[in-house]
Amino acid sequence: MSESLASTEQAMDKESAVRDFFARLRRDSEYIAIPVLALAISAAVFSLFLLAVGKSPIEFFQLVERGGFGTAFSIQNTLQRAAPLILTALAVAIPARIGLVMIGGEGALVIGGFTSAAIAIPMLERVPPAPTLIIMALAGALAGGLWVGLAGLLRHARGVNETISSLLLTYIGVAVMNFFVEGALRDLTNPNKPSTKPLGDAYMLGKIPGTDVHWGLAVGIVIALSLHVLMTRTTFGFAARVTGGNPRAAQAQGLPVGKLIVASAAIAGACAGLAGFFEVAAIQGRANASLAAGYGFTGILVSFLARHNPVAIIFVAILFGGIVASGGLVQRRMDLPDATVLVLQGLTFVILLVSETLYGRFEFFRDARGSERT
Amino acid sequence: MDDAILSLTQPKVRALSLETIGMTKIFGPLVALDDVSLKIEAGSFHALLGENGAGKSTLVKCIMGFYQADGGSLLLGGGEVNVRNPRDARAMGLGMVYQHFTLAPCLTGAENLVISRADAPTFINWAREKKRLDAFLERMPFRAPLDVPVSSLAAGEKQKLEILKLLYLDQRLLILDEPTSVLTPQEADEILGLLRGMTERKEITVVMITHKFREVTAFADSLTVLRRGRMVGAGKVADIPTEEMARMMIGDTQIAARAIRSQNAAGETVLELAALVAKGEEDKDVLDRVNLKIRAGEIVGVAGVSGNGQSQLVEALSGQREIADGRILVRGRPFEPTRDAFFKLKIFGLPEEPLKNAAVPRMSVAENMAFRSFDRPPNAKFGWWLSAAPMRARARDLISRYRVKTQSPDTPIGDLSGGNVQRAVLARELSDEVDVLIVANPCFGLDFASVAEIRAQIMEQRNRGAAVLLISEDLDEILELADRVAVMSEGAISYVAPVGETDRATIGMHMAGHA
Repeated sequence: MSESLASTEQAMDKESAVRDFFARLRRDSEYIAIPVLALAISAAVFSLFLLAVGKSPIEFFQLVERGGFGTAFSIQNTLQRAAPLILTALAVAIPARIGLVMIGGEGALVIGGFTSAAIAIPMLERVPPAPTLIIMALAGALAGGLWVGLAGLLRHARGVNETISSLLLTYIGVAVMNFFVEGALRDLTNPNKPSTKPLGDAYMLGKIPGTDVHWGLAVGIVIALSLHVLMTRTTFGFAARVTGGNPRAAQAQGLPVGKLIVASAAIAGACAGLAGFFEVAAIQGRANASLAAGYGFTGILVSFLARHNPVAIIFVAILFGGIVASGGLVQRRMDLPDATVLVLQGLTFVILLVSETLYGRFEFFRDARGSERT
Repeated sequence: MDDAILSLTQPKVRALSLETIGMTKIFGPLVALDDVSLKIEAGSFHALLGENGAGKSTLVKCIMGFYQADGGSLLLGGGEVNVRNPRDARAMGLGMVYQHFTLAPCLTGAENLVISRADAPTFINWAREKKRLDAFLERMPFRAPLDVPVSSLAAGEKQKLEILKLLYLDQRLLILDEPTSVLTPQEADEILGLLRGMTERKEITVVMITHKFREVTAFADSLTVLRRGRMVGAGKVADIPTEEMARMMIGDTQIAARAIRSQNAAGETVLELAALVAKGEEDKDVLDRVNLKIRAGEIVGVAGVSGNGQSQLVEALSGQREIADGRILVRGRPFEPTRDAFFKLKIFGLPEEPLKNAAVPRMSVAENMAFRSFDRPPNAKFGWWLSAAPMRARARDLISRYRVKTQSPDTPIGDLSGGNVQRAVLARELSDEVDVLIVANPCFGLDFASVAEIRAQIMEQRNRGAAVLLISEDLDEILELADRVAVMSEGAISYVAPVGETDRATIGMHMAGHA
């Protein structure tokens, strides 16, 4: 008797769980529908821009499709570019979850890349490649973490606006790299572009077997998934979400808001610093001005489009990797300047920010049987 | 005979009458105003009563042109009018005083008045304006200092200036939205008395939104009661006893019995504030040596005009504001507001507006209920890995015990109604053993049923032996719940007395800072 009661209760629980699941699905679909809408509108507006300069939008999107996703080669090219974007987007997403708008990914990438290149110089030919690369990676992440962590510390200790300070730190970061690359650490055997001493083929990071894509992509995906787990399944993530959702409530619960802010900023910087390491160790082979290629800034857009969700970031980063990758093809075939892709990115970002105001406006995504509001 | 002459020499009736016929306003699925018809005579002092969410503010916002009604019409002075926006309302002589001040604090009273005029010139001839202002004040039954910045005025003077501003703009029907919440009882009586005088001379009509029956019976002559968007009663104040007003406001809702105070003697001192100092903007002492002792099993109610350091006191106690000097002692030992100390010393809190101060709207009900315990077993394994199952199980238990109306434990808490958010936070804060409870305006914005329930819960904690600090802007709440009353004025406790040995007038004097 009591057993059957318990089993009906269980059945009811199950039923309500299924109902909850669908209610949640319906609510959460808003977070996909609105960014997709924003993307569609951006594409439409950008088409108008292309028409205005006398180019065919259809040809453009066909070229993006082919240059980014059409062939095995272009897909690998896309993934290659998605790797740093995942990491720089995470550098925006993690602080965003705690309520901070940090846009210092570009600076942390440059500082991280430069540090890993610099620390490798005395190790070349003396230490085997594997440990060298590990130390380079750690040094890059640490340098990036300290760099953006500084913006977090300023925020916590002195109330300095973290958006401004992280952006300004980017310019300082680029200048610091240039100072060393054009000075003390310049490789004098290279007469062209001021660079650090090249790593050499033996010390370069390999490709993922069977592909042309470097390990940065795999590491980026693993880090994105780990950070997702960190934010949703650990006490740190819980405390961070409380702080991000309502700092006053977090303080009243005695949560260490300051430490959480600094830690999030440091994690963010470490991600971007690691992206810098991969650019040096897998692509460039040395640190120079090419490190500041705009991945840090595109990462801001990726994170916002993914609504700062680390898993979604993986997919959005691949999409944008494709757009970046197709830039060359578009430029050559359509005779468009390479700033064209920047126009598309800028448009998307503005429209995306506007779309943020749409949440909660559509009746469809509300719980039909939602609790009564007063 | 004398009266007749007087009425001849005085200007004719300037007050406006107001009438709504079948006013209806719909927000999505919610009918906020349902066929509301009310009639306010020219020169009356009309009280608009109703619980939170009854539609009072929607009604006045429709009248003032902030909203467009979906149906019904508005008659001013007997003729139908169409108020499309607040500017129209102003041109027709409708003025509104809000709950909070709208004067620019850094400008003087005179500057505030002149710039508020729709036809304020780009270049202001102050000599001329001064003369006009003086002439205007001559005609007014009360005045306020016009030559000092508004920020240096007391609350009562600011409120007078708000009203003077409307009169200066020649508004003849004033709508006051809970105008006395920022005033001492004496200031409230003075201002309402002056307005009452003006209505008796038929200079203005006053519509006052309030929930204080005392003010209704003392000053208003007629009233309308709204409930759930409907007009449920109207009439002369003299004809309706307050019990009847209350019944009309709440309908058939059952109200929990008044909290019962057990007669236990208060125990040892649990919470002690010793010369507590905290800084605000510009290094001003917002808390200026606060001294207060609270014993086990007693409620100490802190009364005061809002803005005298009450919210800063709560912030200091809950770790939201740095303590510059002085100490907080719990059971004789120094206390730092950290998570560990809250847990070990069993200190809990119910802040005002819990959705703003104690909850994260977009996190689920279950998560919000776990704020105190998410980092302890069984919710956290190894100290860092969260387990959702025990969290939800506990939430389900609390939801049924505290009758929180929510679709599921996973619903974002921001989707719940105010009373249900308050109950959810209450469940989180009161379901464990409580030694110290810090409560601030716990019933702000809640309906009668929730208010009674929450007060009963607070009383129960006291009866069980908790030391309760109750900070409230509602003097009636303090007089109902507290064992001792403390008055806070200019950042310090200026008066403490057992509740049986003091009265409203004495407390009011200390609230005003002169006693």
